[in-house]
Amino acid sequence: MTPRTAFEKIWSDHLVADLGDGTGLLLVDRVLLHERTGGVALNSLAEAGRKVVAPAQVFATMDHVVDTRPGRTDATLMPTGTQFIAATRAAARAAGLTLFDLGDPRQGIVHVISPELAIVLPGLTLVCPDSHTCSQGALGALAWGIGSSEAEHALATNTIRVRKPKTMRITVNGRLGLGVTAKDLALHLLERFGSVGAKGHVVEYAGEAVRALDVEARLTLCNMATEFSAFSAFIAADQIVFDYLQGRTYAPAGVEWDRAVADWRGLTTDEGAVFDAELAIHAADVAPMVSWGTSPQQAVPLGRPVPDHAAVAARDAREAYDRALGYMGLTPGQAIEGLAIDAAFIGSCTNSRLSDLRRAAAILQGQRVADGVRAICVPGSTAVKAAAEAEGLDRVFRDAGFEWRESGCSMCFFAGGESFGPQERVISSTNRNFESRQGPGTRTHLASPETVAASAIAGHIADPRGMAGA
Amino acid sequence: MTPFTTLTAIAAPLIRDNIDTDAIIPSREMKSVGKTGLADGLFAGWRYTAMGSRDPDPGFVLNDPHYAKARILLAGANVGCGSSREHAAWALAEYGFRAIVAVSFNPIFRGNCVRNGIVPVEIDANGIEADGPITIDLPRQILTTTSGREMPFAIDAEAKAMLIGGLDAIDLTLTRADEIARFREQDRARRPWVYF
Repeated sequence: MTPRTAFEKIWSDHLVADLGDGTGLLLVDRVLLHERTGGVALNSLAEAGRKVVAPAQVFATMDHVVDTRPGRTDATLMPTGTQFIAATRAAARAAGLTLFDLGDPRQGIVHVISPELAIVLPGLTLVCPDSHTCSQGALGALAWGIGSSEAEHALATNTIRVRKPKTMRITVNGRLGLGVTAKDLALHLLERFGSVGAKGHVVEYAGEAVRALDVEARLTLCNMATEFSAFSAFIAADQIVFDYLQGRTYAPAGVEWDRAVADWRGLTTDEGAVFDAELAIHAADVAPMVSWGTSPQQAVPLGRPVPDHAAVAARDAREAYDRALGYMGLTPGQAIEGLAIDAAFIGSCTNSRLSDLRRAAAILQGQRVADGVRAICVPGSTAVKAAAEAEGLDRVFRDAGFEWRESGCSMCFFAGGESFGPQERVISSTNRNFESRQGPGTRTHLASPETVAASAIAGHIADPRGMAGA
Repeated sequence: MTPFTTLTAIAAPLIRDNIDTDAIIPSREMKSVGKTGLADGLFAGWRYTAMGSRDPDPGFVLNDPHYAKARILLAGANVGCGSSREHAAWALAEYGFRAIVAVSFNPIFRGNCVRNGIVPVEIDANGIEADGPITIDLPRQILTTTSGREMPFAIDAEAKAMLIGGLDAIDLTLTRADEIARFREQDRARRPWVYF
């Protein structure tokens, strides 16, 4: 039998019909919804007189526009935010879906709670009208972001029409250095291969450095594949994933668990399988990264200055480069490390899991955020928040001067109505540094949670390596 | 969805790389749980002089009277990156755009365009003069510039058929409902742990 990639196995397992010209009709195992785009999909479906064909396979959460300040209610700072919450709640109930509402201990950011609850499992097809759905490929699932119309299609038909992506393997040889994280690896790949580096491809991350990552770090790595223009990202499930999933809420149990694991063990890329594209890097070349511009590809290792245009001309047109520098208030050759910051943010579907908070807290322990810096930590889920509080991390964050919030997408973008100020410089554990992403005119620098923590203490962008606890 | 065959219209040049969906429709402009009422917020951060204002910024291309009737948008590489929000496509369609010509499209945004009757034309927009009307012939897959130069473009068959026919993909798929149900039953026997 011809050797196959893991992706090809999952694709053919779900292929209901070949629609021709490379397009397949795929069975969808899970649909996830949130109140920002899910309510409109459910309402539109109902208005068309259509039903959700498999409601037991559909899960909805409240994460995007919800308030994250303590003591929250349905009210949000976003003027019409409450309507999104109310409409999604009503529509989810009417359709008979499972809803993780405000106040539910299972609530949280969709890509944080789905692995946590084992809604995502290896070998599944999972779609969500949210671009960071690719995060969940970390569990060995084929998980990708779609639009609202496609979500309606998935809800009404249990399938999705999709053009088969090409395959790309990115092998990360060797091991990441001390203090170098999955976030740095993601930014390194973007810096190196550009924001369209994986266009049209489903990326399989492989190699020793990837295998060595725990599940939460894998989620961070896969999360940013959408910034890479990938169809999705994927890491073949292994014992680390099985151990993570066993015993979680929606995981199979007993004999079914054993059957499932036996099946999942086969969902790896065969020796000799051919990818449409192969990239390889050495993990030792990856350093802690920070973005300087307004695209995630505009990033440099900490300690390096803003690059000259000549150094990035292969990816950034002169106009895009100048525009980014102007927006960020920087000049070529200027040092990034040492840039004074106004705010520090830890949160988002990229870096808000318990391990992220633990690593940041290790740096913050016994330290104080610099005067004049606003620092905010938003756990990725209610469960992460509870677990962090159980081990006293909230105390570390609070004592350091961080705000400690309820879970949600929060100021990763300002759908909740809260934003940072114009020209404010923010060091952020999030995924996007686009113009005005975190507030009109706000300047966002992407980095790992430890770099955010170190910078918050220093009052300027700082290298976490060598700091206490790092 | 309005079917698309050919269109001759003015094309507005917004030739920047990495135009993200937050820029196309800022989050604060997505005010209601629906697909309409979005055109006014299209490119709000660039189109108006200040946050929340509705004073047109004269420097922005859509405020140039020459492009008042633009039905085609010219863009750079990776247009529509970022959030999957279909509101970006709804806002563009409601404003009146029927085609986007760009070096490359973000995959989710491209799909959202197709599902809302906007033709994604993937060619380098830099070579196109934007002073006169251009023509997009979808059946022939050819863009003709003002000066009469013909530029062929690729589009996958499924997207082309949906755009030309103005097809609703759900109706199309539901014609296979029995086939899907049979597939699902076989799958349930093979992978029972997937089903609740």
